[in-house]
Amino acid sequence: MKRNTRAAAGRGVGILYCTLIYLFLFLPITVVVSNSFNASTSKPYLTWKGFTLAWYGRIFENGPLLESFGNTILLAVISTLLATVVGTLAAVGMYRYKFRGKSAIDALLYIPVVIPEIVLGISLLTLFANVRIQRGMISLILAHTTFSIPYVIFNVRARLDGYDSSIEEASMDLGAGRLQTFLHITLPVLAPGIGGGALLAFTLSLDDVIVSYFTNGQTMTFPLKVWASIKSGVAPDVNALSTLILLGTIALVVLTQSGIVKKKRG
Amino acid sequence: MEREKVIVELKNVNKVYGGSNHVVRDLNLEVYEGEFLTLLGSSGCGKTTTLRMIAGFEEPTGGTITVEGESVSEKEPFERDVNTVFQSYALFPHMTVFDNVAYGLRMKKTAKGEIKERVMHMLELVQLGGFERRYPSQLSGGQKQRVAIARALINRPKVLLLDEPLGALDLKLRKQMQMELKRLQRKLNITFIYVTHDQEEALTMSDRIAIMNEGVLEQVGTPTEIYEAPATRFVATFIGETNLFEGCVKETSAHHVSVVVESGELRCRAQGFEKGEMVAISVRPERMKYSAEPVEGYSVRARVKETVYVGSVLKAIVVLPNGNEIKIERLAGQKLPPDGEVYIYWDNGDGKLLHLMDQVFYRTIESVKLA
Ligand SMILES: Nc1ncnc2c1ncn2[C@@H]1O[C@H](COP(=O)(O)OP(=O)(O)OP(=O)(O)O)[C@@H](O)[C@H]1O
Ligand SMILES: [Mg+2]
Repeated sequence: MKRNTRAAAGRGVGILYCTLIYLFLFLPITVVVSNSFNASTSKPYLTWKGFTLAWYGRIFENGPLLESFGNTILLAVISTLLATVVGTLAAVGMYRYKFRGKSAIDALLYIPVVIPEIVLGISLLTLFANVRIQRGMISLILAHTTFSIPYVIFNVRARLDGYDSSIEEASMDLGAGRLQTFLHITLPVLAPGIGGGALLAFTLSLDDVIVSYFTNGQTMTFPLKVWASIKSGVAPDVNALSTLILLGTIALVVLTQSGIVKKKRG
Repeated sequence: MEREKVIVELKNVNKVYGGSNHVVRDLNLEVYEGEFLTLLGSSGCGKTTTLRMIAGFEEPTGGTITVEGESVSEKEPFERDVNTVFQSYALFPHMTVFDNVAYGLRMKKTAKGEIKERVMHMLELVQLGGFERRYPSQLSGGQKQRVAIARALINRPKVLLLDEPLGALDLKLRKQMQMELKRLQRKLNITFIYVTHDQEEALTMSDRIAIMNEGVLEQVGTPTEIYEAPATRFVATFIGETNLFEGCVKETSAHHVSVVVESGELRCRAQGFEKGEMVAISVRPERMKYSAEPVEGYSVRARVKETVYVGSVLKAIVVLPNGNEIKIERLAGQKLPPDGEVYIYWDNGDGKLLHLMDQVFYRTIESVKLA
């Protein structure tokens, strides 16, 4: 009897605890989403004045906002592509070849990851100034590719840990050349790692503020735009666009998850 | 059986890893068309390395390998007419059974219809009909093994290399797969070069066995030759059970060689031995004899310790004066002489006389050179 009540109490505490954690995690998101439907038209747009979809329409009238969003997507796509190609090749190369100083090079990979972003931002800024690279989309792409590469490498390498390279030998044994083997065997088997790395690179680029702040020149990205608008309170159309991005991200996650599940089941 | 034609030939093949790790030494081997040849040896003796050199995954440090009279040293693995069944199966995890087996044909740009037909036929052959849409992760060990074999056979290679293909299977499945492999080999008439460290497997499956020890090819021969007439001490002890006597040649005659061992004198029929040479005699347990009366030329006394029936075999153990135990076996129903103090002997032809020095010398010289 006593034991039962204690168990029930325990379960109650557990539920409360989980609820609090989820509140903690999702409350900020809820605020953004609900504010995007808030009809309030006066700064700081926080008091609830009724439901409206108007802000979603306003997105498309706000030229600079749309442009910054376009920049962000372009930047994320290109830097992800670059980082994925470079990172994958690097991971495969480091897996396949043994050379002197390999462990040192391995360790160096962690530096860009653990280094404070602000330091990375200043370094890149100085570098770009020194080698005379115009600050703008190009420098942004270079910067984002730089900080994304290690994440791709880590992801692909994790996949390579359980990788049996004799399947490549089997492929060559059956008449496939080196390139064919890479395309038909290595790449598909590593695909989940590559995909994971790419997704990570994409999201990292999508919401980066600090490094972008140092390297953007005149080019505005969406996170920078949000950052700049904070002083005057986040405008509701920014909330609306944020909500849309959130939806897009969720869709992406769901898609990849179900894609992976389907692959596994074959 | 006419199997004169040599299909694979290794001439003075050597493999040295990292400058000093001499893994294969002066290997000379001829493999005949259509035969089942087994490379047998203990772990680390260089079997896999030899196979990988034939397949093209490893380059010999010295020597040449020819397939059908043509040197393959310039050929990449994908240009060689040999296929491999890997010990770890090495199935492509992201492809179905069908796609795995079809891979070789697709690489050769075979027509779609033909691919389908040949893959299905091959799957029937390895008794995997109906499995074509499964993924490797959905197969048992034995089934994976069959896929690996089917995949390697689909291109109709002239030579199939198999590296301990049954190593990961349990005993019962192993026995069954041994029979199936043998059946497949006969049916397709493909040359098999088969690696194993299981001597029983080698004896039951092979047309010929090549025995390797520490990178050296010790003997090549039919299972009977290897068992009945081992060429070296290593072969004698590695294959089956044997009794070994070490000693020194006392005298040689046209009929026999007399050898002085620790506790007396023994003799064998043999040629090419010199007086004073260090030798070993290998006698299989079923060839050992003993009697209460001394036999001419044999003066080693022994004491019968025990005789036991083990199912269909009668086993006896006799002890030499120096404490060494000698194993003797007879089929049940045959008789052994009475126990007590006895003399051991054998029919002159049944004791195999082996040189001891050559190889010791060879290795000593070799290791001095390397040091
Ligand atoms: N890539 C390599 N680099 C250095 N040494 C190697 C390499 N591959 C094999 N060896 C060494 O060569 C020797 C023979 O190896 P091999 O794989 O040919 O043995 P094996 O006869 O197939 O043994 P097992 O029955 O255990 O498979 C071993 O001592 C091994 O350590
Ligand atoms: Mg091996």
